[in-house]
Amino acid sequence: MVISCSPPWRKSFDMEICREGDALQISDLDPFLAELLRQIPQSTNPDGAPAAKARLFSQPSAEKEICAEWKSYVEPELRRLFRSATETVAADLAQLNGNEKSLRNRTLRIPLEHADAWLNTLNQARLVIATKYEFSDEELNDHDRSPLGSRRDLGLFQISFYGFLQEFILREISA
Amino acid sequence: MSAVIAVRLEKGSTSTVEAPVREQETRSEDELDIPWQVVVHNDPVNLMSYVTMVFQRVFGYPREKAERHMLEVHQKGRSILWSGVRERAEFYVQQLHGHLLLATLEKIV
Repeated sequence: MVISCSPPWRKSFDMEICREGDALQISDLDPFLAELLRQIPQSTNPDGAPAAKARLFSQPSAEKEICAEWKSYVEPELRRLFRSATETVAADLAQLNGNEKSLRNRTLRIPLEHADAWLNTLNQARLVIATKYEFSDEELNDHDRSPLGSRRDLGLFQISFYGFLQEFILREISA
Repeated sequence: MSAVIAVRLEKGSTSTVEAPVREQETRSEDELDIPWQVVVHNDPVNLMSYVTMVFQRVFGYPREKAERHMLEVHQKGRSILWSGVRERAEFYVQQLHGHLLLATLEKIV
């Protein structure tokens, strides 16, 4: 499947994504999209944004006693789970290491056994970005906005792009 | 809180030992019998297809049932996914949080 993100405002960002045996393959990557992929792990970091942290580790109940137990016993496990998923994705993304010039037409291969880690990490990134910028429902459904207007607009584009990758991974693992 | 009691060992001699302290019970048997429900709340970021997949995985629901719950969350803001004993409800909520869904456990009143 060839993907072309080509809203009316500027040139298109291209890449090809397909299933190749026991892996998902993203090839012919535009350097801009490659850079967004490389930013996935750091985008999961909620530091400096208490609301984002609160979203990743949401309250399990309205009862204080349950929340206190949860913080002591469950949150550390969730933290480990999220970190492990992010590390798996970061290791896969090492395939894209290099300068911008060498990113041109680069291929990223994601083993299917890493699909869950990718789904989890993409979700972390989308939630953290959405919470940091406090996007409204309307904005989250606006897929035509230029990512180049501001850092906020780029954040919206990241959410959209990462969501597209999630959809593709979901489709392939349930096929 | 701990207490000290005196124990007579033999005629004319005493020794002190710590009285056993009963730790405060956090869950009484009655409380464990109260049914709980697992509720998932709407979130504008999570994809509908992702939420459906999570419901299938965590609860073992067939796709149609998982989609019904997903749509209920989307349209009504929340859906009760499961009800039963507290420990199991906690387990499900932990699984849902692991997938980054907004989920809570609530006592059924």
